[in-house]
Amino acid sequence: MSLTAAFFAIIRRDLILALRRRSEIANPLFFFVLVITLFPLGVGAKPHLLQAIAPGIIWVSALLAAMLSLDSLFRSDFDDGSLEQMLLSPHPLSILILGKIFAHWLVTGLPLLVIAPLLAVFLGMPSQALGVLLLTLLLGTPVLSLIGAIGVALTVGLRRGGMILSLLVLPLYVPVLIFASNAVDMAGVGLPVSAQINILLSMLFMALVLAPWPTAAALKMSMN
Amino acid sequence: MDQHILQAENLSCIRDDRVLFSDLGFTLHNQQVLLLEGKNGSGKTSLLRILCGFREADAGEVRWCGELIGDEQYRADMAYIGHLDGIKKELTVLENLKFSLALAKVGDCSINDALARVQLAGFDDMPAQALSAGQKRRLSLARLLMTDNVLWILDEPFTALDRQGIALIEALMAEHCDRGGMIVLTSHHELNLPTVDVQRICLS
Repeated sequence: MSLTAAFFAIIRRDLILALRRRSEIANPLFFFVLVITLFPLGVGAKPHLLQAIAPGIIWVSALLAAMLSLDSLFRSDFDDGSLEQMLLSPHPLSILILGKIFAHWLVTGLPLLVIAPLLAVFLGMPSQALGVLLLTLLLGTPVLSLIGAIGVALTVGLRRGGMILSLLVLPLYVPVLIFASNAVDMAGVGLPVSAQINILLSMLFMALVLAPWPTAAALKMSMN
Repeated sequence: MDQHILQAENLSCIRDDRVLFSDLGFTLHNQQVLLLEGKNGSGKTSLLRILCGFREADAGEVRWCGELIGDEQYRADMAYIGHLDGIKKELTVLENLKFSLALAKVGDCSINDALARVQLAGFDDMPAQALSAGQKRRLSLARLLMTDNVLWILDEPFTALDRQGIALIEALMAEHCDRGGMIVLTSHHELNLPTVDVQRICLS
């Protein structure tokens, strides 16, 4: 069967699986909402402070939510042998992996995008920054999934890989966090943000092209 | 019918400073079966994983039709059923098979035929987690029937199967060999394949 058919078969299968075990969708989203709603309670009645740190809060929560969801990317396929079968498929593994990452982003990244404007309003973010916030999340969260996939592929064979995973992946997440929250900050005061957006865009393209290969190679190593 | 040949030369495998086997070699042609025997922990599964390309041999090499294994052609020609059956328990029987089919080279046998052959007809819409262990094994073997692979690598294919199931799989294996296929397998069960040329390697 053709590669495109295999690519879409993987996406379709992972979406069906996500629908049947709903906690996978709900967990990162729940975490995201929870962290952001707890901040105003912790900070107290200081609307200006909240407004000032809103981009940072939203992006840090999105980043942690993305990290929380990473382990589910390959875990069940590794445990039940589906990953072995994917490795043995005549199709290039990196493309199949890209399908898995895309499905994973649809399940864990996209819901954040949907709920983020509501939470931004809740934190008092200026309305002119909402569009930029959505754009940075749209460009940034796939990068988080793609980079995270490399880390998960390296640690999926380990029994307690969670700690190493965050150590591996967090430093690589930092540039996304810096440029994305800075863009939202700037947009809030009405400054141009095209430079940050372009950098995020280039990060996305680089990750799209460069992340699947090391992920595939790392999965082969983990299979050993 | 194309001629295929699986050759292993001077293979050795070391695990945790223990030599599981060394200088192991064999040649397998079409219509032949290679049965690996040995105690638990003697390296049967490790050898199969080397043949699949999951593990690298510590020495020696494996060739498929003269080429080192691991290329696209080899992966298209072989199928592996291991300890882990590769079945998603949340998906139905049909969804599982459709997905396997999307990843592999499609054979002549349709999904319904394959299910009927392993006596799982009528279970299409059943979630795989509702199947018994033996039925799951049959489901993973049904995958072999739908896809067009010359070489089958089977790790303990008879576990969890009842006597009738074992006879069924043996019949399917004999038929595969008649059609020019070849099989490498490990089994603790006495293999009953009177019509097929069976090579044996005892790992100790």
